[in-house]
Amino acid sequence: MKILISVVTALLTIVVTTSAQAFCGFYVARADTSLFNRASQVVLVRDGNRTVITMANDFEGKVADFAIVVPVPTRIEREQINIGDRAIVQHLDAYTSPRLVEYHDPDPCLRYDRMEMSQDSAALPKAGAELKRAARSQGVTIEASYTVGEYDILILSAAQSDGLIRWLNDNGYRIPRGAKGVVDSYLKQDMRFFVAKVNLEEQSKLGYQYLRPLQIAYESNKFMLPIRLGTLNAKGKQELYVYALTRTGRVETTNYRTVKLPTNTEVPEFVQGEFADFYRAMFDKQTRAENGRAVFLEYAWDMAWCDPCAADPLSARELRKLGVFWVGGDNSRTSKIAPAPAQNVFVTRLHVRYDREHFPEDLVFQETGDRQNYQGRYVIRHPWKGATSCDATEYQAGVRDRQEREAQQLANLTGWNIDDIRAKIQFAGGEPPPPRKEPWWKRLWG
Amino acid sequence: MKAISRQLDRFKDPRHYQIAVLTSLVCFGVVVLDFGIHWQNAVAIVATALAVQLLGTIYAHLPRFDPLSPLITSLSLTLLLRTDEVALAAVAAAIAIGSKFLIRFRGKHVFNPANLALVTLMLASDQAWVSSGQWGSAAIGAFTLACLGFLVLTRARRAETTIAFLLIYATLLFGRALWLGDPLAIPLHQLQNGALLIFAFFMISDPKTTPNSAAGRVLFATVVAAIAFTIQFIFYEPNGPILALIISAPTVPLIDMLMRGRIYRWKRPAARAGNQVKGVYR
Repeated sequence: MKILISVVTALLTIVVTTSAQAFCGFYVARADTSLFNRASQVVLVRDGNRTVITMANDFEGKVADFAIVVPVPTRIEREQINIGDRAIVQHLDAYTSPRLVEYHDPDPCLRYDRMEMSQDSAALPKAGAELKRAARSQGVTIEASYTVGEYDILILSAAQSDGLIRWLNDNGYRIPRGAKGVVDSYLKQDMRFFVAKVNLEEQSKLGYQYLRPLQIAYESNKFMLPIRLGTLNAKGKQELYVYALTRTGRVETTNYRTVKLPTNTEVPEFVQGEFADFYRAMFDKQTRAENGRAVFLEYAWDMAWCDPCAADPLSARELRKLGVFWVGGDNSRTSKIAPAPAQNVFVTRLHVRYDREHFPEDLVFQETGDRQNYQGRYVIRHPWKGATSCDATEYQAGVRDRQEREAQQLANLTGWNIDDIRAKIQFAGGEPPPPRKEPWWKRLWG
Repeated sequence: MKAISRQLDRFKDPRHYQIAVLTSLVCFGVVVLDFGIHWQNAVAIVATALAVQLLGTIYAHLPRFDPLSPLITSLSLTLLLRTDEVALAAVAAAIAIGSKFLIRFRGKHVFNPANLALVTLMLASDQAWVSSGQWGSAAIGAFTLACLGFLVLTRARRAETTIAFLLIYATLLFGRALWLGDPLAIPLHQLQNGALLIFAFFMISDPKTTPNSAAGRVLFATVVAAIAFTIQFIFYEPNGPILALIISAPTVPLIDMLMRGRIYRWKRPAARAGNQVKGVYR
C-alpha cells in the first residue's frame, strides 16, 4: 500500500506542482538566539519513539549555583547520558537563524534584460550510601547517580511530591513555590526527575569556562517538552528555542498553534544596521497578534542544503554528536548549493515565548510529512548609487515608490511609527515621494 | 430572526447547513488562520469525491446522483487532512467515497468515509497527517464553532452522539486533571481544540455510521470517547479521537443487533434499516 501510494504520488506531482524557485540574494545578517535574554535551547532528535534531547542554556553566574531539574519519562542509565558540544548547538542556531539578504540594483542606464529573481518564492558531595538513606527516609528513591563530565546527576523517583521537594531543597536545588502540584502531576504520570549540579572539582579539572549541554537518550511515546516547572519561576516570560531533527518532515505542536513568521518581505536599507532590533520588534508584534499563545516556526529545511546560507549545514559528524542516530558518522561535508542526496535529516526551528497563563500545558509535538522548505528571510535592495550616463528620473521615481512600500511593510511587521521609519530612509533623489492622500481613518486609532 | 429562520426552513435537507458551515470553516481556516490548507488539495478532493460518487451511483444502480454527501465528506477531509501531495488528497477522497459502496453490512456502510480515508493515509503514508493544534484555542473561536455545529446537529436530530462524546471526553479530561492535581486550565485548554470540535460535530455525528437507536448512539459515543482518551493520554499517541472512531466502527452493527428493539420505541421511522438502503449514500 505504502509503495503504491508513493508511486501514484510521484507520477501526479510532476503534473501538479509548479517548479520550485530557488531563493536568492546575498546573506548579510542573521537573528540568532543571542538576541533574546534568558533563552533556553533544546535540540530534540526524534525517530519513532527514540528521542535524544540536548539541553543548552545561557546560564550566567557562579557555576556552583547551577542546578537543573528535568522531568524525564523513563529511568535513565549511565550510557543514556552524554555531555554535548556547545559549538554544535551554536552552529545549529546559526544555520537555522532568520536571515537578512541584500540585492544591489544594477546601473539603470545599462541596456540589458534585467534578470530579476523572484522575491515571492521564495557530584554527589556526600557519600552515596548516606545520601540514599537520607533520601529514602523522605520517600525519595535515588534510582541512579552518575558523574558525567562536569555534572553530578541523579535520577529520582518518589511516591509523594512533598518528600521530593523537601529533599531537593535540602540538597541545594531551589524549587520554586507552587511546585508541589506540578511535581505531583509528573510523579503520577510515572515520570522520573533528572537532576544535575555542577561538580566543581571535575569542572576545574576539565577547564571549561562555560557549562556544556547535557544530552539524554531515551525511548518513549511521549514526544513532548516539559515546560511547566519553568513557568513557576516568577521571572515573567521565557524564551525557548526547539530544534527538532527528524527523518520525515517538519515538526509542529499538537496542543498549541504553530505559526509561520512573516517572511520574504522587503525592508528598508537601514534595517541592515539594526537587524536585531527589527527582529525583536517583529517577534513581539507577532506574539501579540496570536494572543501570546502560539509557537513560531522560524526554519524548516532539509539539512542537506540551504539558500542563502546563514551558516553551512551541519556535517554528518556533528549531526551524529547531536544524537541523529540514523546518519553515518563519516566526515563528508554536505553540499550547500544544490540539493544533495538527502541525508534524511529535516530540521525544524521553533521559537516560543511562554508563561503559565498562556501555556498551561507542556508542549506536545508531532512529526508531519511536510518537507516544504521555509525560512525567515528579509530582503533589502540597495538602489544604484553610481554615476548615471542617462536621464534616470524614471528609475529614481520607481526606487522612491519601492522605498515607500518598504517603509510601510516595515511598519506593518514591527509596529514602528511610519514617520520615524521614513525619516531614516535616504530616498532616491533626496526627497521622499509626494504624500499620498490617506483616508481620514487611517491614523484614527494609531 | 423569524424571517431568517423561515428562510432557513426552506432547506429541507440538513446537509445544506452542514455544507454551509463546513465551507465557512474552510474559508475561516484559509483566510484568518492560514493553517496550511492548499487550495489544490481542496479542488482535488472535491473533484475526486464527486467522480467516485458518480461511478458508485452507476455501480449500485441508485436512482439519482446525490452530490451533497460527497461534498460534506470532501469538506471534512479538506479541513482535517494535511499533505503536500495533491495526489494523496485525491486518493483520500477516492478511499472515502469508495468505501461507502464497497464496505457495507446490513444495508449500512461500516466506516465513516472521511475517517477511514484519514486513518488509511496516516498509516500507509508518512506524507499525510492531521494538524490538530492548528486551530488555536481561542475560547471564542471554539464557542463559535460549537454553536455553528450545534445548529447543524439539531437540524439533523442526531445531537446525542456529539453531546455524549463531548461530555464523556470532557469528564475524562477533568477527571484526569483532578487526579493529577492539575489546574483546570489544562483540561479547558485541551477541550478548546478546533480539530476535536470538528470531529465531535461533523464526524462522529454522521447518522449513517452510528447506531440506529438513540441509546445505541450514546453507548457508541461513550466507547469512542473512552478509546480516544486511552490513545491520547495512556499511550501518548496523537489523533486519539480519529483513531478511536475507526476502532469503534465495527461495534455499530453489534450495537444495532443488540438494541434493535428500541428503534420503534424512540419513534424514528427514518432510521429503519429498510429505508436506509434506499437512502442517501453517505
